[in-house]
Amino acid sequence: MTGTLPNESMIAMNETTISRGFRSKRQEQTPKNRLPPGQYVTTDFPVLSAGPTPQIKLGDWTFALQLGASLLGKWNWAEFEALPQTTIKVDIHCVTKWSKLDTNWQGVTFDDLLKAVGLTEPPAPYIMAHCDGGYTTNVPVADLIGDQGMIATRYEGLPIPPAHGGPARLLVPHLYFWKSAKWVRRLRFMEKDQPGFWESFGYHNYGDPWKEQRYDGD
Amino acid sequence: MTATETAARPVRRLKWQLAQVREIVVETYRVKSLLLHVANWRGHLSGQHVDIRLTAEDGYQAQRSYSIASPPEDELLTLTVERVENGEVSPYLVDDLRVGDQFDLRGPIGGYFVWTAAMGGPLCLIAGGSGVVPLMAMLRHRERRNGHAPALLLYSSRSPEDVIYRAELDAMARRDSHLRVVNTLTRKQPDGWMGRRGRIDKALLAQECFPPEQSPKIFVCGSTPFVEDVSRFLVELGHDPLTVKTERFGPSGGQAP
Repeated sequence: MTGTLPNESMIAMNETTISRGFRSKRQEQTPKNRLPPGQYVTTDFPVLSAGPTPQIKLGDWTFALQLGASLLGKWNWAEFEALPQTTIKVDIHCVTKWSKLDTNWQGVTFDDLLKAVGLTEPPAPYIMAHCDGGYTTNVPVADLIGDQGMIATRYEGLPIPPAHGGPARLLVPHLYFWKSAKWVRRLRFMEKDQPGFWESFGYHNYGDPWKEQRYDGD
Repeated sequence: MTATETAARPVRRLKWQLAQVREIVVETYRVKSLLLHVANWRGHLSGQHVDIRLTAEDGYQAQRSYSIASPPEDELLTLTVERVENGEVSPYLVDDLRVGDQFDLRGPIGGYFVWTAAMGGPLCLIAGGSGVVPLMAMLRHRERRNGHAPALLLYSSRSPEDVIYRAELDAMARRDSHLRVVNTLTRKQPDGWMGRRGRIDKALLAQECFPPEQSPKIFVCGSTPFVEDVSRFLVELGHDPLTVKTERFGPSGGQAP
């Protein structure tokens, strides 16, 4: 025995505090390999945005790929809809702790966008996603290629509702969901990584849910 | 809303800290304020939130986000928590937690939905239900700093029993001629209720809010449908979307982003 108070030594060892009387109320146990640390499963679809939901008319909508200031490709809605379509079923994880399992999305993969502008490989290692409403988020290109990222235009078979990012949102499901930027209009390739909107307000630059990278320094 | 508007970017890791309950205030029949002592609290800005983590005997953990209700000037950190029926964390915090209990907490989090006295006014705060919590931190901060920036709190509650901070808000508005508190009750009004009735609609916003020409700093907080409606009305009334900062509360959500 040392002179340390039992309470302090317990905290030092576990780095957690037992909450007197707190118990799990979870009925069904989600398999551990489906739920990242600190997350819980929800069946509804919470909405989290920093400002008003932009009201975008499809007739005014365009989507562009940029390298620095130069345009690699630009599509209107009909042209974008004519690109090869991919559907995926994925789990999504929001930094505010909810996870939603088995969500179905349809859209154009990042790989197919590159092909559509005649590129066989990405021209730079990072992208900044630019959105209506001024929102931005940065993602490494390595996290988008190989069918890992898409511009999604359908959720559960239907057009994505505006509050959830419609008409089109970036989808990078293996990162916290703020990286899956709503109302995306432009992906801009960057030679050097730069923080986007939430990344400039103390949120983690990369945001891997399995490493619980919620905030700067996590 | 650009990355260059950076405020208070934390550079150190947000470590889990021990918070001890010093006082519990019953706000309504399903809302309580927890006044916490956090030994090495680094300070916060009004509008920010914290993550809390509860750990069961068997090691099970749950994390949630809660808005800070206290201004940076206060010694204790106040969280105001609404009991979400069938929730896992909020019923524990509201019904089971006692003075002296401890839990893990880290923060402050969020740097966009914040107001400091230095940002000036007019300050236009629009709350639905427990969405009033981060806005209360702004009003308390404004008062502690003897701010005279014109301010409005437009606050929608279901019934008189659901109005959080009612006495404090009334007293604050009585003391301060530059602050207006406008309550509207959506479901039940007491006999002789002289305030507003029904949901916050475009006409009410047009009548009560500072006009776009005054470039008010607007903060909207409440449930998702509430925030969606109010922020859309504000844009339709001519407010620049970039001046409308929003935060959604939901049974499944926390806040931001």
